[in-house]
Amino acid sequence: MDSSDWELEELEAAFQEKVGAEKRIEPKDWMPDKYRQTLIRQMSQHAHSEVVGMLPEGNWLTRAPSLKRKTILMAKIQDEGGHGLYLYSATETLGISRDEMFEQLHSGKAKYSSIFNYPTLNWADIGAIGWLVDGAAITNQIALCRCSYGPYARAMIRICKEESFHQRQGYEIMMTMAQGTEEQREMAQDALNRWWWPTLMMFGPNDANSANSAQSMKWKIKRQSNDDLRQKFVDATVPQAEFLNLRIPDDKLKWNEERKHYDFGEIDWEEFKAVVKGNGLCNRERLQARVEAHDGGKWVRDAALAYARKKESRKAKAA
Amino acid sequence: MTDNDMLFDYLLRLGDNSLILGQRLAEWCGHAPMLEEDLALTNIGLDLLGQARMFLSYAGEVEGKGRDEDRLAYFRDTKDWRNLLLLEQPNGDFAATMARQFFFDSFQYLQFEALARSSDERLAGIAAKSLKETTYHRRHSTDWIIRLGDGTDESHEKMQRAIDAIWGYLPEMFDMDAVDDAMVADGIGVDVTALRTAWDGYVNDVLAEATLIRPEDSWSVRGSRDGKHSEHLGYILAEMQFLPRAYPDAKW
Repeated sequence: MDSSDWELEELEAAFQEKVGAEKRIEPKDWMPDKYRQTLIRQMSQHAHSEVVGMLPEGNWLTRAPSLKRKTILMAKIQDEGGHGLYLYSATETLGISRDEMFEQLHSGKAKYSSIFNYPTLNWADIGAIGWLVDGAAITNQIALCRCSYGPYARAMIRICKEESFHQRQGYEIMMTMAQGTEEQREMAQDALNRWWWPTLMMFGPNDANSANSAQSMKWKIKRQSNDDLRQKFVDATVPQAEFLNLRIPDDKLKWNEERKHYDFGEIDWEEFKAVVKGNGLCNRERLQARVEAHDGGKWVRDAALAYARKKESRKAKAA
Repeated sequence: MTDNDMLFDYLLRLGDNSLILGQRLAEWCGHAPMLEEDLALTNIGLDLLGQARMFLSYAGEVEGKGRDEDRLAYFRDTKDWRNLLLLEQPNGDFAATMARQFFFDSFQYLQFEALARSSDERLAGIAAKSLKETTYHRRHSTDWIIRLGDGTDESHEKMQRAIDAIWGYLPEMFDMDAVDDAMVADGIGVDVTALRTAWDGYVNDVLAEATLIRPEDSWSVRGSRDGKHSEHLGYILAEMQFLPRAYPDAKW
């Protein structure tokens, strides 16, 4: 071992001690390279998910069934774009640019939440996304509010506030649909049937199969395990479905008095893998839409840059 | 037409303008050239939707037949829509969207400024609120006209082409018919012909700064005040009105 190895070991020990003492890591603090890389991966994936997530909901923006619903949906999608922007900025504090993150998304190197590879087929899907998908996201994100990396934790606190409004509006759409005409009820049930299992997959693999979990827990990036968070979500959501008088598509779903939790069926991980690999109904469209927006918008960004430079040099000449 | 019918029609024109342009901007959602513009376009779209709801709700009350904002938005066919032809034109590329937005914002700014002095207090209130929003919209679209016009060769060419392509839809903004005349006579509405000089002045200054050429007035298309539209409106309505039309008994 030479002196630089000693030094590194000391730095790592001091870092772990700081994390253990629940102190926040800030951008200028020393951090292990793997910690930095893990956060870049996780935070950029989170940012991409917000932005790609605008697409399935945007799919119904021009068809929202009342002007009030259209307004609420537009505001919600705008929030998500804002979350994306905020998260990209937070990720930039780790030394990666937004353009680099876009390149990684467009090349397939970076992922976004696989839930957005599912299509929105009827209006109740907009309700189901708010109620279930945003509900699952909040469950994850509340845990992240205590994440060891300061900028991420602070972003989560702010984002959670808006997400809870999103979830409420989603549930309200579901309630209106579930209490509406027979056809609306069918749409609501159909949406729940399609979104339930993919939502449970959002919490990631079972703890026994989760590759990155142990290290992330040690670094306090992650505070609760995938299975714990999933259970928490199921426990909170089942009574809400009962209140709507809708049926969750799981024959094994049952209250377990001993555990004081709901038991539920096994997730079809083959489907999960297939969709992650690109075989979902909308994988291609989602990525293509982002690539086209970015590549198609290059001339606009170039023009803005060229104009800013011209203005700068005119100012310099005038001075 | 009674005075009441005329006020109803006048309010529809204002509401339909905001709604159809807002609907067009909604089409951009998630597809803008940069995330900041996704936010800006939805922001403007939200303002326009809010304006539309205020104008259409008021229109429904004036009409007195129990039609609310949604009944008016979702259950009228093309011939009953009063939005300017300019606003139903497709988004095209970002330059085309900004050209449409800029010429309308520049007009709407002046119209709301005048309408804020309307003898109809409710209308004046809506206009005063909308004027604040439109001030921001106009600044946003003006900045883009200048950036794209005086940006790169490619953006300059695209911007000029976009302006040339919609130029003939602009004169309709300054038309007056019997409804407009009656509203002006009652002190409710705006004499839009009187806005022309100020509009020309503003637009000419911006185009000059953007190094863009103001096209010749060689063509003009009109008809919206009589419910005559381009073929685009039918598709906008088909998409927008689909759910309430398909399930007329449903509440959403």
